[in-house]
Amino acid sequence: MSTILGMPVPVLLGQLTLGLVNGSFYALLSLGLAVIFGLMGVVNFAHGAFYTLGAFAALLGLQYLGINYWFALLFAPLAVGLIGVIVERLLLRHLYGLDPLYGLLLTFGLALIVQGALHQVFGASGQSYPVPPSLAGALNLHFMFLPLYRAWVILASVVVCFSTWFVIERTRLGATLRAATENAPLLQAFGVNVPLLVAATYGGGVALAALAGVLASPVVLVNSHMGTELVIVVFAVVVIGGMGSILGAIVSGLLLGLVEGFTKVIYPEASNIVVFVIMALVLILRPAGLFGRE
Amino acid sequence: MGRSAGILYLLLALAALCLPWLGIYPVFLMKLLCFAMFACAYNLLLGYGRMLSFGHAAFFGFAAYVTSWLVTAHGAGPAAAILSGAAVAALLGAVFGGLAIRRHGIYFAMITLALGQLVYFVCLEAPFTGGENGLQGVPRGTLLGLLPLRSDLVMYYLVLAVFVAVFLFIRRVVHSPFGHVLRAIRENETRAISLGYDINRYKLLAFVLSAALSGLAGSLNALVLGFATLSDVQQSASGEVILMTLLGGTGTFFGPVVGAAIVITLQEYLSDLVGGWVTAIIGVIFVACVLSFRRGIVGELEALRVRRAVSRAAGARAAGTDRLTTR
Repeated sequence: MSTILGMPVPVLLGQLTLGLVNGSFYALLSLGLAVIFGLMGVVNFAHGAFYTLGAFAALLGLQYLGINYWFALLFAPLAVGLIGVIVERLLLRHLYGLDPLYGLLLTFGLALIVQGALHQVFGASGQSYPVPPSLAGALNLHFMFLPLYRAWVILASVVVCFSTWFVIERTRLGATLRAATENAPLLQAFGVNVPLLVAATYGGGVALAALAGVLASPVVLVNSHMGTELVIVVFAVVVIGGMGSILGAIVSGLLLGLVEGFTKVIYPEASNIVVFVIMALVLILRPAGLFGRE
Repeated sequence: MGRSAGILYLLLALAALCLPWLGIYPVFLMKLLCFAMFACAYNLLLGYGRMLSFGHAAFFGFAAYVTSWLVTAHGAGPAAAILSGAAVAALLGAVFGGLAIRRHGIYFAMITLALGQLVYFVCLEAPFTGGENGLQGVPRGTLLGLLPLRSDLVMYYLVLAVFVAVFLFIRRVVHSPFGHVLRAIRENETRAISLGYDINRYKLLAFVLSAALSGLAGSLNALVLGFATLSDVQQSASGEVILMTLLGGTGTFFGPVVGAAIVITLQEYLSDLVGGWVTAIIGVIFVACVLSFRRGIVGELEALRVRRAVSRAAGARAAGTDRLTTR
């Protein structure tokens, strides 16, 4: 059997696909963060909490309502997106025009509420969500076995990411959204309902996080703090990619997942910190981020 | 210092001297003072430099590890161990600050958050930190061979003395020319640059000072409690110090102390009442604070006082003009 870096090729490729799976989550989350920040100037610290809520929505939907995985993919983002809209209308709305740091602090508080409440109700230990039967098993690619579910996660998030990119950059709705980013009062003067647009955008960004949560639920343990550490990594990804560009968010998300997977192979102790180290390097060499403009 | 503020501080200092004799558990008071010191150090950065760091637990917690490690593994004395903790925190602050001040505002916050998490993972995996257990059973020792710190009362007065020194030092820094420039940068960075100030040097120095004092607080806290654990370097600890500062009043001298007192008391006594809901309740306080009293408790009180004084002055002026016109 051939080896690379003293590692059998299938093992290496297995770690790399796992890295890409994580990268898919980074991409989905940083995409939502970038969209929300672009329009509202709010860094959504609660993004990890909404990701967790998405996973819990899928889990509880299965346990209590018998909603299967495929419906959960639709139902959880819708439900969590609705919560997002309510949060925006009730709370975030009051902070527009203030220092963006207040948005960060408010959503940090929200994240604590969600995480604390879930922890208290469902306990610290995680619960597993079954892999849907149609995606169980693995593909034999001859040079490696590719678990079907991992392939599905990567495929699904890439498709969702690029559809979102397409909607924002190439459709009329996206053009309106970008116009609101540039000059909201002017757009409102043209008769566009900007507050509705903002609420919908926040809901949409949060729904993406919830979708990532549903996709993640069969590969990680569903627990109250699954989003807490993830959101910190995603913030680092955003610093690396630069928040100005949607494509940048997607590409750097996937790329960093891959790098993390690779680090797990060659130097496992550093796999938790490699993204942060890369962030520090990028800050030294290119402070605006890889795809950013300042 | 205004005369009334001076009297108030004097009374507070007297109260602090008497507190352990009134039956309040000294360890609780010491923990409170350490966190108040931490919040004051944090406030130097957030309140006067408007830099929102989300990674300050790294300085507090890592210094706690350094102090505990020096005492347990090398038998260092308390003074050397505490000062080394603060020095390492200052060094760490120089590195983190140097990286973070390359970006502004929210990016600054995200960078410090990520670097803080880096330190957390280092503490989790490094050989000298004891992993999940942390470092336990750290003896307090004897300060400079004179003061036996094993006695809670002696330790309390040491912590109080350090706290007062740090508090006065921060006041001095804020009122110094350096502090004025720092506030000028906070208000208008471009203008400060055009006035010829090398703003990055000022911001970095503020960051290093804040990190060093946070480290001092962390080191003291580790000696008080006798252990250093991962919860001191966790992101939630960074969140707590932000809450203390915000709740008490950013950019006020005494606000962080009030905030720390409230949060520590809540954690200590609320957890008996509500159990695990403490995190969620802290989140609710955060949200309420950001939405309804952004100036914090002390900040709102000061604003109220200023408003009163202004309206009184306006009233007096109005009365004066009335007399003039009727004459």
